[in-house]
Amino acid sequence: MTGKNRENYNKNYIAYVNSFDPPTQHFKNCLRAFLVGGLICCIGQFMREIFEKVIGLNGDELSAAVSILLIFLGTLLTGFGVYDRIGRYAGAGSIVPITGFANSVASPAIEFKTEGLVYGMAAKMFIVAGPIIVYGVLAGTAVGLIYLFL
Amino acid sequence: MFEPYLEIIWGFVKAFAVGGLICMIAQIVINFTDLTAGKILVLFMLAGVVLQGLGLYQYLVEFAGAGATVPISGFGYLLANGAIKGAQKGFFGAATGALSAASAGVSAAVIFSFIMAMIFKSRSKKN
Repeated sequence: MTGKNRENYNKNYIAYVNSFDPPTQHFKNCLRAFLVGGLICCIGQFMREIFEKVIGLNGDELSAAVSILLIFLGTLLTGFGVYDRIGRYAGAGSIVPITGFANSVASPAIEFKTEGLVYGMAAKMFIVAGPIIVYGVLAGTAVGLIYLFL
Repeated sequence: MFEPYLEIIWGFVKAFAVGGLICMIAQIVINFTDLTAGKILVLFMLAGVVLQGLGLYQYLVEFAGAGATVPISGFGYLLANGAIKGAQKGFFGAATGALSAASAGVSAAVIFSFIMAMIFKSRSKKN
């Protein structure tokens, strides 16, 4: 088969396979993401109110405490296998909140524990979170340097 | 007499609306581009860094509270904000500010993930 024919063949095949895919339900997906994402943020807001009014935290300490508690809940739910189920329902609604970040760290850590504690759990822990930290530090430091020289 | 309660409820409404909206934008991006979860997270984190770099994201945080800080773009906001605050102290602050502001989140994620990995066994993914 010549190159061009194969390309067409692939294209036809992909179109054929796609015709059996269920159509993406844009509206339903978006609504679910909105509801679940909003709900997680409301839980965060609830923690903010509690920490602020009861313990008396404020400013950076307050956000840090809320983040830590949400990350704890995210990893715990990942351990119980609940977060994956939420994720199947909510899509981006469970990925984008900080609990999704926690899930992306805890999930491979639990999964790759069987491959050893160093090259398994510890190395694979950052398979998704690594890029976030790498680009976060690069972009953040760039912002810092720009502000320094402005 | 109901004034403080109304304010708290209004805070929840704003957090729900803004947090939900950020997640919905992410879902729209996923629907149309097939980006994986990791790339979405990086993209939204960078959006937070850029928006705070321009000095805009802090207004969203003031308005929506947890609705702006809980999504991953809030993590980017923390990084940028730390770097900007550090830059006022000089070069060393500018270079270390970003990561020290994010240290609580990163440390918590590592520590809790380690604990969970010690407690739980991996389960086969049921689809």
